[in-house]
Amino acid sequence: MNTAAAAVTHRPRDEALWRAGNGACVGCGMSLGLQWLDQALDEERPYLIVPASCAVVTPGSHPATAYGVPMVASTFAGSAAVATGVSRIARLNGETEPIVCWAGDGGTYDIGMATLSAAAERNEDVIYFCYDNEIYGNTGGQRSSATMPGVKTTTTPSGKTEPKKDIMAIMAAHRVPYAATLSLSNRDDFMRKMETARQTQGFRFLVMLSPCPAGWKSDPARGIELARLAVGCGLFPLYEVFDGVRYRINERPDGTPLTDYMAGQGRYKSKTIDVDAVAAGIAEQQAHLEALERAFPARGDE
Amino acid sequence: MTRALMSGNHTAGYALIAAGEANRGARGCCSGVYPITPQTEIIEYLCAARLTKGAIVPVESEHSALNVCIGASINGARAFTASSSNGVLYMAENLFAAANYRLPIVMAVSNRTVGPPWNLWADQGDSLALRDAAWLQFYCESHQDLADTILVAFRVAEDARILLPAIVAQDGFLLSHTQMVVDLPEQGLVDRYLPPLELAHRLDPAHPRAYGGMTWPRDTVKQREEQQASMDLVPAVLEEALDEFADVFGRRPDGALTAEFTEDADTVLVACTTMVRTAREVVKRRRAAGEKVGLVKVKLFRPFLRDQFVQAVGSARRVAVLDRNHAPGSGGIFWTEAATSLRSRPDIVVQDYIVGMGGGNVTPADIDGIVDDVQQRGGSDAPVFIREVAV
Repeated sequence: MNTAAAAVTHRPRDEALWRAGNGACVGCGMSLGLQWLDQALDEERPYLIVPASCAVVTPGSHPATAYGVPMVASTFAGSAAVATGVSRIARLNGETEPIVCWAGDGGTYDIGMATLSAAAERNEDVIYFCYDNEIYGNTGGQRSSATMPGVKTTTTPSGKTEPKKDIMAIMAAHRVPYAATLSLSNRDDFMRKMETARQTQGFRFLVMLSPCPAGWKSDPARGIELARLAVGCGLFPLYEVFDGVRYRINERPDGTPLTDYMAGQGRYKSKTIDVDAVAAGIAEQQAHLEALERAFPARGDE
Repeated sequence: MTRALMSGNHTAGYALIAAGEANRGARGCCSGVYPITPQTEIIEYLCAARLTKGAIVPVESEHSALNVCIGASINGARAFTASSSNGVLYMAENLFAAANYRLPIVMAVSNRTVGPPWNLWADQGDSLALRDAAWLQFYCESHQDLADTILVAFRVAEDARILLPAIVAQDGFLLSHTQMVVDLPEQGLVDRYLPPLELAHRLDPAHPRAYGGMTWPRDTVKQREEQQASMDLVPAVLEEALDEFADVFGRRPDGALTAEFTEDADTVLVACTTMVRTAREVVKRRRAAGEKVGLVKVKLFRPFLRDQFVQAVGSARRVAVLDRNHAPGSGGIFWTEAATSLRSRPDIVVQDYIVGMGGGNVTPADIDGIVDDVQQRGGSDAPVFIREVAV
């Protein structure tokens, strides 16, 4: 996969999965993620199941839509269950289209958690993709359980006091065939993981850190850079988990100071933020991952 | 013909499976299922069934149970489920989604009081709380009525002129856990009665559509007008479905409204579900004694057929509505419909009786008391609450 292809329109504009003319904000990570999803699936055309989120608002209003593939909007908590029904009937009829849930962190970590957990436990033949902007972006920026500690949101005006929920550990505990973290700063890694997901049967969970200039109070032009800094400082580690038990870390922190990542993001400008504590949490998370990878490494063919 | 002694729940399960199996030549069938008393035996029946082309998916909640049906239905399958009480309310937002997506899902409901405090017994407050979700609502009086109405509901719901989901309700325990002899619709006949489902607006990769994106006020008005237009066509489509049922099965289930002994009646009872059977016995006995008493059975609650209801009441001057439900601040929910339908008849008494609520037993003596009460009334008054008499 050639990184330069990122700038190339993958297919005719009116046939793209995510077409021009959508209403996503400038610098929206979700919007770029949808384009990369399209490129990663190549000739395959997925069915998208989208819970309440920016991904259901920004494609435009009826009868227009930016989606160039079938898209079903589900109720907020329900995408993994609607996807179950779509998938079961597709497979009963010998149809192989990927069934993809495309959900934000609110619809994944919070309100959709029970539905997600159940679909994972049933090992439904579904790709569940969470674009995680660590906030309820569509409603104007409230905390979710994906929000980092110290971050100011409209419901944590003094900064959030709780840590970010470890969604990957939760999904790995379901022993799903494949779970991985993705970053818009690491395109080759993104495409390789999408290919692994595509080649895997059963429930696949992918989570991508999704820069959100409106919610992060950041420069729209700096989204990819922020995604890179998040990986570099260890805040958003890139790794994958096979069958919930075998780990591979794809990229290790490069010593980027956490403060480099926080700088330029208004959401981190909180008087009460304890940078050392957040950094300690990140270091502990990395140590935990390293131990898991040492003890339970991925196989060579994975 | 196969006759069997069946519980209401197993009767419903049998009919749902027969309908699902009848779609084996098309895109198959699917059900998301979750247990709740008193419908649990329905979903157990579904899980034990062998389907040629179908998937019964035991999920973690009613919310997901209906969402699995929505996903399957929008992908072209015949979809169905069952629920009761808080289960119906837990799936509430998805009921609206199913109807707005015009998906002909059929749900068997074994009516039960909504809690907490927990009460397992029959009360229609669960499905009636979802009366505005644009689902058809049928209320059945017997096991046979239940089996037949479930098949009729699929036929009407899937009609291209309707395309709305349907609830087929039975009284929890009173029907769900009692047994009656049922003429079970044979699979070959069900195959004839329910043609393969071809949902024109199902998912199609060759014609990608977005289902449920953003809409504006004008779109919402149009959508509701279209739902209303389909609801308005239900009486005609239902009659066709019943005629066809009679052709295929040799018996004709009751329709939306049934008037019994009403031609010259001056007092009319309005009832549904198992209460109809008790009321019918009271009416017959009082008729034999020379009283001009009649009965209107309301089987179809949504749509509520106002004109047909006024016709069914005929020239009666007193109407007693039996409600096994209660809308606090308003009254009985069937009474609201009856009173609205009869608003052009200021001469008439339309009295509401809240009876059997929370699963209380409704005895012939209760209904005799209601007839006596309404006959001495000069006007309509606040709802009368009738408590179960301790045995």
